Formats: sequence, structure tokens, C-alpha cells
Amino acid sequence: MSRRRDAVVRRGLRHIGRAVREQPGMFTLALLASSLYGAMTVASAWVIGEVTDRVLLPSFDDGVTTASALTLAALAIIGVAVLKIVGILGRRLFAGVMSYRLQAEYRRRVTGQYLRLPLSWHQRHPTGQLLSNANSDVESAWFFVAPLPFACGALVMIAITSVALVLTDPLLAVVGLVVFPLVFVANIVYSQVMSPRMQRAQQLRAEVSEIAHESFDAGLVVKTLGREDGETARFAVRADELRDGLVAVGRVRGLFDPMMEALPNLGTLAVLLIGAGRVADGATDAGELVSVAYLFTLLALPIRAIGWVLADLPRALAGFDRVTPVLEATGETPHGPDAAAGTPGGAAVALRDVGFAFEGAEQATLHGVTFDVPAGRTVAVVGPTGSGKSTLAGLLVRLVDPTDGAVLLDGVDLRRLREGEVSGQAAFVAQSAFLFDDTVRDNVTLGGPYGDDDVWAALRVAAADGFVSALPDGLDTRVGERGASLSGGQRQRLALARAVVRRPRLLVLDDATSAVDPAVEARILDALRGSDTPTTVVVVAYRQATIALADEVVWLEDGRAVARGTHDELLARVPGYAALVRAYQQAEVPA
Amino acid sequence: MTGGLSATAARTEGSLATLRRGLRMMPEFRRGLPATFALALLATTGRVVVPISVQQVIDRGLGAPGGPDLDLVRTVVLLSAVVVVVTAVAVYRMNVRLFRTTETALANLRVRAFRHVHDLSMLHQQGERRGSLVSRVTSDVDQLSVFMQWGGVLGLVSVGQLLVATVVMAVYSWQLTLLVLVCFVPLAIAVRAFARRLVVVYGVVRTRVGDVLAAVAESVVGAPTVRAYGVRARTAARIDAAIARHYRAQVDAQKVTAAVFVSGEFVAALANAAVVVVGVLLGLAGDITAGTLVAFLFLVTLFVAPVQTASEVLNEAQNAVAGFRRVLDVLDTEPDVRDPAVATPDRARQLPDGPLGVRFEHVAFRYAPGARPALDGVDLTIEPRRRVAVVGETGSGKTTFAKLVTRLMDPTGGRVLLGSDAGGWVPLTDVAFASLRSRVVMVPQDGFLFDASVAENVRYGRPGMTDDEVAAAFDELGLRGWVEGLPAGVATPVGQRGESLSAGERQLVAVARAYVADPHLLVLDEATSAVDPATEQRLTRALDTLTAGRTTLTIAHRLSTAERADEVLVVDAGHVVQRGPHAELVDAEGPYARLHASWRRSSAGEPEPAGLTP
Repeated sequence: MSRRRDAVVRRGLRHIGRAVREQPGMFTLALLASSLYGAMTVASAWVIGEVTDRVLLPSFDDGVTTASALTLAALAIIGVAVLKIVGILGRRLFAGVMSYRLQAEYRRRVTGQYLRLPLSWHQRHPTGQLLSNANSDVESAWFFVAPLPFACGALVMIAITSVALVLTDPLLAVVGLVVFPLVFVANIVYSQVMSPRMQRAQQLRAEVSEIAHESFDAGLVVKTLGREDGETARFAVRADELRDGLVAVGRVRGLFDPMMEALPNLGTLAVLLIGAGRVADGATDAGELVSVAYLFTLLALPIRAIGWVLADLPRALAGFDRVTPVLEATGETPHGPDAAAGTPGGAAVALRDVGFAFEGAEQATLHGVTFDVPAGRTVAVVGPTGSGKSTLAGLLVRLVDPTDGAVLLDGVDLRRLREGEVSGQAAFVAQSAFLFDDTVRDNVTLGGPYGDDDVWAALRVAAADGFVSALPDGLDTRVGERGASLSGGQRQRLALARAVVRRPRLLVLDDATSAVDPAVEARILDALRGSDTPTTVVVVAYRQATIALADEVVWLEDGRAVARGTHDELLARVPGYAALVRAYQQAEVPA
Repeated sequence: MTGGLSATAARTEGSLATLRRGLRMMPEFRRGLPATFALALLATTGRVVVPISVQQVIDRGLGAPGGPDLDLVRTVVLLSAVVVVVTAVAVYRMNVRLFRTTETALANLRVRAFRHVHDLSMLHQQGERRGSLVSRVTSDVDQLSVFMQWGGVLGLVSVGQLLVATVVMAVYSWQLTLLVLVCFVPLAIAVRAFARRLVVVYGVVRTRVGDVLAAVAESVVGAPTVRAYGVRARTAARIDAAIARHYRAQVDAQKVTAAVFVSGEFVAALANAAVVVVGVLLGLAGDITAGTLVAFLFLVTLFVAPVQTASEVLNEAQNAVAGFRRVLDVLDTEPDVRDPAVATPDRARQLPDGPLGVRFEHVAFRYAPGARPALDGVDLTIEPRRRVAVVGETGSGKTTFAKLVTRLMDPTGGRVLLGSDAGGWVPLTDVAFASLRSRVVMVPQDGFLFDASVAENVRYGRPGMTDDEVAAAFDELGLRGWVEGLPAGVATPVGQRGESLSAGERQLVAVARAYVADPHLLVLDEATSAVDPATEQRLTRALDTLTAGRTTLTIAHRLSTAERADEVLVVDAGHVVQRGPHAELVDAEGPYARLHASWRRSSAGEPEPAGLTP
């Protein structure tokens, strides 16, 4: 246990070092400001002592004072305070900037990795985890940075104070040498007792939140089965546990706070007791006694800053440990040197003995799939759930790379093509349409060089022109987070328009038309195939109306392309195909 | 839609008014308050004891007429030490009391708000974004709790300290006290202005955090789209811009906070300087002693600290009060569908025994005043044990139908009754929820599952069932084969929202859940998602068993469902336009025939612009 604690301390120090190395300039500035603050805190006590000694006591003893002495005293007090204020401002601003810069920098790095890493990496990590890596984990990794310079400044202050104490009076210094370490040790003990309790409270908060999320999501079920009481009881159990957890946290803090206050106070009293004797002996004077006593009341807060940093380190390490795997993850999709053929019209697609297995999966998703889609043709990929259709669709546009074999575009292996070539030639529309929190126009163009006429033409093809022109700002309407302000069907149509506007040479639709009318679907394909140089289309489909649009059908079963032919041929030849198509026909949904 | 619950309540309500409203709702909190205040007062006396002993030691110990009086010094120090220790204990007791009462009060508030959200009608639940409802019972309450643990205690002690320091200062010298107070007047005014500024800048920070969250989510959720369209650089630029805006907002907020903090420091220095100058002059006039003056300097720091603390706590306090207000607003929202057993106990009735029918009398419904009616002038009776399919285009009002029968909403005109000619008809608004929910069950479109085992999820329909009984229920529904195929049978965990199961399998569990609830009236909102054929077959069989002998109202999206029903109700633009068995309607001229033709087309592979088929 204690060795583990040592490890945390060592790793914590390394983590502090990392923060300093990342932002050396800001840290230096903040540290200088904190040191100034620390020095001025000590100085303000010294000034009070000097003023007592040189102005107050003589005046009271002699019954006279001079205007210059009083002015000097006032100026000294205000001058030190102004420098102290400069110190505080610098410390707060620079430390804040340092902490915020680290946060921003690591968010950029983490999201940079999200964008760089291949889709296969994404598939292995739950969405919620990735989101919290970039948000709360980054935040907690660098939260301790804000009080860090303050804490370092406190160390400076303690050093100055100790020297000053020894110089003033060695006996009074002893009091300081007892009280400062005591405050320090109390802080360490506090953070160690506190951190497991804080973690538990945090955990319970998450559980309470999970229940609330689930329960409100299930609102309809809860209501219609009359289970409000049961749900409330379930929630209350966790809420009460959280209450107990928070009270346990409060108990520790409730003890620590008055202790931290009492220790310097007792120190001051000890200084008075010992100091009075020393003054009586003539070893020191009243002014020095006052300044040392005053110092004790000022030092308590900065010393606590050390505690804040220490207390936060375990949380920071935990956050950083969760972020590190993302930053260190490798597996960027490598690109080749070749350009795509770029001839107008449809691209020829070929799969050569393609196999694919998800990492860590026992069974491959696809085995030895080989087929050609000649330029300009439309092929439907049909198969039961779990047969590997979506994986196949992703392979065609290089969302993932095959584990075996190769996918060829115009005879060139996708992996040999330069970055941006595949997305320049092929468009892909996924099952669930993804929209950016942006305008309708930008969601269609994605920054590409398309004019409003192109956009409207694409929207017309996707049968989205009607609802878009009814939107309050037309093309400039923002669609909200993930297109929240639109219906599922509308989102799908915009995603289709996004593909259409590019006039791709290869279009891959992964069950992307489930929410649009078959007539619209036909119109989209017609528009793409209608020219002299028609687009090649691969469509993963369920409904017969879609399948009917294809020149040919590839029948996928258990990751193998078992049959290929026209719809009618397969109906006659492949019993599984016939059964599936009929079953969907039975279960059909109106458009 | 954006308004929801929070916008309706008075935005202008002051913080004090919110606190008063909150305290009324949390009697637990008020109960221990006087004792806690007494402890807080005691706690602050410990703080003035040090300056007092400094004064005593200097004036009466060191400055004693016959040379330093060390005995007196010892006595003073010892007494003070005792007071310091007693104070520490008092503070500890006060803290624990405060934490316990506030946490208890907040836990109860949390639970009450949770319950209240469930009591609100579907309309409210949908109007408010779900995430924001969750935050009412989580982060909003958490914020209060964090505030109470940090700021609340600090604030309480600070107020006491301010009072005690002022009193002690006044005892030492009323002139100097007046001087200090004068120095702090401008600060008090400045802090108020700063407080408003703080609210603004931290509001901006919060908005920016939300933007960053949304932008980051795009890089994760939109990963396939980003790759397929090669828009990595563009997406990165969007995220970086959001991060940069958040950073700038944070720095701005930090500037204001720092300014608030140092203004206190500056005023304290001014006060100290003024005290020295005026104090010496007063001393020369013989009004105060040297010890008093030194003690006064200590007292000024005691006076400054609470003011600085207040500026630190202020932002937290504003957030906490805003969170508090949001929670209270939820609690103050009257549920518009209320359980008569609670609202009007003397009118509450039970449903008659036996099979239930449904009767609509001139029923109308609008989602908002002035909106197009979703249903209008609907009059009909569904006899007990009939299986009725409700069909219509999207937006025709067929889902509204289901919500009214299950009293998820009340009609805006007319009334809905349940019962039978034999047992009598009871207006839905008079039926006690306990009776209603046990007899009328709805299977929603998305048969939501909880993150628990299959058995747990089924038990949700009838608490207290054993696993064997659950297995038997699956057996009766013809789903034994399916259950046996699961890794751990009925004990198989379904994952979050049931995501370990396929959409079709989730529906199987939802059907079983409704089956064990054994209702007399079933309302099925059919799922629209495609289901694989094997599951589809199971589902059809299970639904047949479920609906056997029960009055069933199905919001149908599928042709097959309408074909199998005893009767079809065709809804169009809020009116029931056709009614009768499928066989009759399909041949008759009318909306149903058209709907049916469109269904046929989409499933038969005859897309409209003909000639595209190979």
C-alpha cells in the first residue's frame, strides 16, 4: 500500500514535470508572480513589525510623531500591497492561462488522433469513452495546474520565512519549524484520506446519473406500466448512497478545515509565549514578535495550496492515464503514391479474395469474397443480418482495409492510392445519416466547390428540396447537433444529396434509403446512372423495391459471396434468398 | 419547444426569492439551522481570540508597569489556546451538522424532482430535452451540494466573522472601526458590479464548453462520414475553432475573477495604512493604546478575509442558485395529467372487472393552443376483445390516438371512457392510476429495455416473478427456442438500452413484458424498423398469443398487421375516415385502398417511374 502511494507520488511529480515542460514560459511567469506574492506576504508582516517598532511604539512612548514617519509607514504598507497585488494578478492569470492552454492543447491532440486513427480503432472503443477522454479526462488531467504556481510560490515563501525566522530569533524559528511541517503533513494525510472518498462520491454521482438517464429514457415504459414508485425507489437507493458518500467526504473536510485554522493560531500563541520571554530577556523586541506572529496568520492559506495540488494529483493521474492510450495509439491509414484513373464515368470495382476480421474477433466477418462490378453497373448486396454486408460496403470506400485480399478501383489496389483519392472518386452513405452541426448548404458541400445551383440540384434529386425550401433560412438553416432539428428521413435525404452533389464515380449506399420513398430512391439512381457515363453503384438493400433497381444481385451468407445473378435468377436458384426477400416483403414498412 | 419548463418560470426572480422558495421545499434543512448558526457564531469567536491575546500580551504583559509580566502572558496564551481548540471542535461539529442536513435535504430534493419528472405528462417530457431533465436531478443538485460543502460553510463562517470582527473592533475603537467601514464601502459596491460581470463571463464559458462537446462528438460519431468524404482537415478546423473559443472565454473569466480578488487586497492595504496613521494620531490624543492598535491591524485581516471569500464564493453561489431555481421550476410545474387517486380521491374510481372496451366522445386534441388539431371530433366505440388496427399516413393522428387511450395525455375536447356495456363505462380521467396501469398496457414503438437481465426486464411488467415463471411466460409465447439460444437463458444481460440484442429481439422482450402484466386492454405502437425474418416470425407468433382474448389497439405500420386485425380504423388529418374489416375496405374506394396500394408497391418492387427495372 505504501509502495503504491510512493508510486503515486513519484508519478505525480513526473506529471507535474510534464505540465511544466509543456508550458515552460507560462509556468515561469506564474512562478515568478507567485514568488513575488510570497515575498510580499512575508514583507507585509515585516512592514507591520517595523511600523510597530519604529513608528507605533516610539510615538506612544514619546507622545509625539512626525508626519514623515506616518507617511512613510502608510506608503510602505500600500507599496508592499501593490506589489503583492501584482503578484496575485500575475499568478492567477498566468496559472489560469497555463492550465487552459494545456487543456486546449490536449483536446486538440486527442481529437487529432480521433480524426487520424482508422475506423477499426474507433470500432474498438465505445463512443461514450472517447467523448469523455477528450472532455472530462483532459480537464481532470490538468486541473491541478491552476494552484500549482501558488503552491510553488508557497514553498518559496516558506523558505524565505524560515531564513528570516532563524535570523530574527532562533528560538522563535523552532516554532515555525514545528508548525510548517505539521501543516504540510496534515495536508498530505488529508489528501490521502480524502481521495478514495472523493472517488467513491464521483462514482456514485455517475451511477445516480445513469439511473436518471435510463429511467427518463424509459419514461413511456415506466408510465404505461405504472412503475413510477418502483423507479423512484430504485433512484432513492442510489441517491441515499450518494448522500452518505458526500457526508463522508464532508466529515473529513469538516475536520480538516478547523485543524488548518487552529494550527497557525496555536503557532501564533506559541510565538507570543516564547517571544514574551525573549523580549523580557532582551533577546528580541516587540516589533519582531509582532511580525512573526502576523506572519503565521498570513502563511496558512499559501501552505494549503500545496495541499490542493497534492489532493488533486490522483485524479489528474487517473485522467491522464485514460488519455494516454489515445495519444499513443498508432495505426494511421497508410496511403500509396498512385493517383486514380480519373476517367469520366463510373469506376470499375473489383474484390479479390477479400477477407476481413475485426480485431480480437474469433471469426472472420468476410472470407474470400471475389466479385467485379463493371463500370456503370448497379449491384445490390443482399444477405441476412450479420452476413457482413455493411463491412463489405465500408471496404469499398476504404473505411477499413481487408485483412486478406484486395479491393481494386479501376484495377488499382485502394491502399496504393494517394490520400484523398478514394474520397474524391467514391461517395458513401451510411445506414444512419450523420449531419454536422452546420448549415444545410455546408452539410451538402462539406466545403467542396459547389455552387448553390449544384446544391439545389442535388437536393432535388434526393427529394429534399421541398423541405429545405420550407426551412426558415433555406440553405442557411443550421441543422443542429447531428441534425437534431430534422426528422430521420430528412437527415437521410440530406446525406444522399451530399453524395449526389459530388457526382461520384462510385456510389456506395449502405441501407441508406430505408426512410425514403422507393420512387425517390429510383430517381436518385436514375440521375446518377442516366448520363452517358453512368456512376457505378453498390447498394446494400433489404427491400425489394431497392433490389429491383439493381442490374445484378450478390447474395452474401456467413461472410461469403455465395451467389450472383439477376433478382429473378437468384429467386429461382437460391432458397435462402427467396425466403429472405419474401420475409421482408411480408414485414414491409410503408414509405 | 425550446422553452419547456424553465423558461416559463419567472426569470427575474431574485436569488433571495429562490432561496426562500427552496427553503420552503426543504423543511429538513431549516430544522437544524438555529443550532448551526449558534455554532457558527462560536466558531468565529475563536478567530478574534488571537488578535485579542496579541493586544493583551503587548499592553499588559510586555508593557506592564513593573517590566514584563510573564505570568500574565502565560495565562493569556493558555486561555487563548483553550479557546482555539474549543473553536476548532465547534467548527467541526458545525460542519458535520451542516453537511448532514444539507445532504439529506438535497438527496430528498433529488428524489422528489426525479419522481416529479415521471409524473409530468409526455408532452412536458418531450418538450424538455431529455438531457436537460436528467441534469435537474444530477448536475444541478450536485452543484448545490458542492457549493454547500465549499462556499456554504465559508459563507456562513464569513458572515459570522465579519460581525464578530466588527463588534470587537468597535469595542477597541469606534473611530478606527468607522474608518475601516468607510474604506470597504466602495469595495462592497464594486463587488456587486463584478458579480454581474462574473455571471456573464461564466455563462459564456458554459456555452463554449457545450460547443466543444458538440464539436468533439462530430469527430467520434461522424468518424465514417469524415473518412468517406475526406474532410479530416475541415473537421479538425471546426474542432480547433471551438476549442480556441472556449479557451478565450476561460481566460476572460479568469481576468474578471482575478480583478475581483485583488480589489479586496487593495482595500485591505488602504485600510491598514489608514488605521496606522489615524491610530497613531488617536494614540497621541490618548484614545487608544499601542496594543490596541496592533490588535486592530490583525482584526483588519479578519475583516478582509470574509470579503475576499465572498468574492470567491460569489460565482459558485450564482451557479448554485441558478441550478436550485431550475430544480424548483421542475417541482413547481403542475403535471397536467394527474392521478385522480391523489388529486381528487373522492372521485377516483376503479375500472370495471372483465374485458375492457374503449369509447371516444367528441374527442379533440391539439398539441398547443392554436395549433392544427391532431384529432378532431372523434366518436367511436371499440367493443371488448376486438383487435383493431389504426392506420394512416405519418402525422394523421394515429399515435395521438394511442396516447389518449393510455392517458399519457388528456384530450383538449370531449372525453375518453373505458369499460363495457355490461360493466359500465368510466371516464378515463376518473380512473385511479393503480387500476388504469394494471389493466391497460402499452407496448411502445421502441420497447425500451433496462440495463439488466432479460428476466429483470420481463419482471418489470409484474414485479416479484421468479425466473422460472419468466421462462414459462416465454414458453407460452412460443419463444422457448429463442430464450434457450441466449448465452445465459433468461439471465442473459441485455446491455445498455438492450443494445446486446437486435431490435427485433428487444421487441420480443417488450412483448413478454406486456404479456406478464396481463392487461385487459393492449395498445401496441408497432415498430417501423426492419427485423430479420426469423425474429419477425417469432414476433408475429408471440403477438398472436399476447393479443388473444384481449382488446387490442394497434398503431399499424405494416400491411400484414392491418390484414390480420378484426377491424381497421383509417385516420386522416385528425378524423376517422373509414372503419371496417380489411377485406371490405380494400375493395372500397377510399383512403385505405390507396394506402394499401402504396404498401403493396413498396414491397413488391415496382417503383413508380416504371421502366427502371432491368
